[in-house]
Amino acid sequence: MIRVQREDFDIGAELDRLAAGDHRVGGVASFVGLVRDMGGANRVSALTLEHYPGMTEKKLAEIEAEANRRWPLAASLIIHRYGRLEPGDRIVLVATASPHREAALAACHFLIDWLKTDAPFWKSEETPQGERWVEARAEDEAARQRWSGGG
Amino acid sequence: MRLLYFAWLRARIGQAEEDLALPADVHNVAGLLDWLSGRGPRYAEALRDLSVVRVAVNQDYVGRNHPVRDGDEVALFPPVTGG
Repeated sequence: MIRVQREDFDIGAELDRLAAGDHRVGGVASFVGLVRDMGGANRVSALTLEHYPGMTEKKLAEIEAEANRRWPLAASLIIHRYGRLEPGDRIVLVATASPHREAALAACHFLIDWLKTDAPFWKSEETPQGERWVEARAEDEAARQRWSGGG
Repeated sequence: MRLLYFAWLRARIGQAEEDLALPADVHNVAGLLDWLSGRGPRYAEALRDLSVVRVAVNQDYVGRNHPVRDGDEVALFPPVTGG
């Protein structure tokens, strides 16, 4: 399931719901992304997430379908927020449920790596020097490439 | 053609979207970017470094040789930074 929303989410409720009633599920894996403030010269007082409505949902659905193709998942969930967020706020939740932990953990890792390079979101940070757009990181692309051979 | 701009491309061009009639001699993404660059100083500045400009046609990432035609939804944006 895919959700793109301005509102916060309740991690416990979402994880409970993911596997509720499905007794084949032996494990639920999750990743929660938070707004980070590294302090010092890189102090971030807030960030604003912009996205491409329509394409965002399309790309997230494709990424989720790919994870379900690669691993035997009973359920999967991606929630990604947009709008203005402050340090400590939740940005993203990725969760996967599977009969076995290996599939749940690997699929969760795969989803967050792919999401970072393929989902059309952009972050702009509020800093003491003013607003600045976050630049894409080569490490994120490398992390995504790690999964390329597995398909 | 509907054009959409995101992140700093939107800020530099000064608008989020516009509808434009595609010139007859523009057939692909490279041609579109070249034509847009000539539409004024804001476009020229926003599209000065094309190595940091990504393009989606009808909500799929495409390369510079991908065809474009009137009726397409074409989005220009920097490399994505979600997650």
